[in-house]
Amino acid sequence: MIVAERKKIPELLNIVRAHKKVLVLGCGTCVTVCLAGGEREVGIISSALRIASRLQGLDLTVEELTIERQCDNVFIEQAADAIERNDAVLSLGCGAGVQAIAERYRNKPVYAGLDTTFIGILEEQGVWTEKCAACGSCVLHEYGGICPVTRCAKRMLNGPCGGSCEDRCEVRPDVPCAWQLIYTRLKEIGQLDRLRKIAPPKNWNRSLDGGQRIVVRQDHRI
Amino acid sequence: MKNDEFEPKILAFCCHYCAYAAADLAGTMRIQYPPNVRIVRTPCTGRLETEYFLKAFENGADGVLVAGCLEGGCHFTNGNLYARKRVDSMRQMLEEMGLEKERLRMVNVSASMARPLADLILDMVETVRKLGPSPLGKNSRKHRLETAS
Repeated sequence: MIVAERKKIPELLNIVRAHKKVLVLGCGTCVTVCLAGGEREVGIISSALRIASRLQGLDLTVEELTIERQCDNVFIEQAADAIERNDAVLSLGCGAGVQAIAERYRNKPVYAGLDTTFIGILEEQGVWTEKCAACGSCVLHEYGGICPVTRCAKRMLNGPCGGSCEDRCEVRPDVPCAWQLIYTRLKEIGQLDRLRKIAPPKNWNRSLDGGQRIVVRQDHRI
Repeated sequence: MKNDEFEPKILAFCCHYCAYAAADLAGTMRIQYPPNVRIVRTPCTGRLETEYFLKAFENGADGVLVAGCLEGGCHFTNGNLYARKRVDSMRQMLEEMGLEKERLRMVNVSASMARPLADLILDMVETVRKLGPSPLGKNSRKHRLETAS
């Protein structure tokens, strides 16, 4: 899922301070699960904005709404009336949600209320970790299901770097060395011989460097 | 209005198993505590959502007191520990908003601690009295100027 964090209240207030009526729009999917932009967070952030704006003498009305998914037209339509009666939208969706709303309501300012952080998983209650960098050409099958692109600080495809200490990363001692994890995992599944192969330079053309990526499925187009 | 004339309005969320019983016991024992608190009984402080604290301030409370069981003594094992974390995080958020974090406080008492609870309430009332009226409430200077004009 996509993991995000809320922006601080002073920053949010600065973003919306030019407007009198703002819709705080939550999303019921990924950002609900990572406790950043779901119905509950919409309530908290809206209350906080009302309090902060009154303390600063601003005339700000905040409306709350959460839709099931901000990146899907069917659900976005459900917010049409609320978006129409407000001056601006503070979206608590991920970056995709914010842009999806902005593209469909062209006369409304749409602002991001969250910092979209990464694609990851819930590691334990209250802790999320990054697992995928969406690099566009997955190499997980070569590395025992542990991603060196995301989890090695140096993104080494032929590791380890030599700087790891015990099983800790040289760059960030609070995280395990990805290459130690890869070695252990490959050993467990009897595929250590994969490490004898030198990985060629990765094709980064499919990553973010070439601008926006588009996937087209001709067989599904109508 | 001078601060010494100001009577703070404090909302106290009291756990059914400890603080609420302690407040009840204080009544039975004829222990006086300031009438500034409005008590809301909650099944456990762990039941409290952070929104409740914000709503209380939004609606003009000068202070919010969360009174749970002693640490290690929660009827539901960990509810008061969760509440402590939520209160701490909301205190940070109050500062972000520009409101004094001292207006929100968590205390821990057992059902038999009627006297300590009365003292904790008194301390909270005096803390909030020193801070002055909440800028969001009807006692705030801004509100009084607006209604006077």
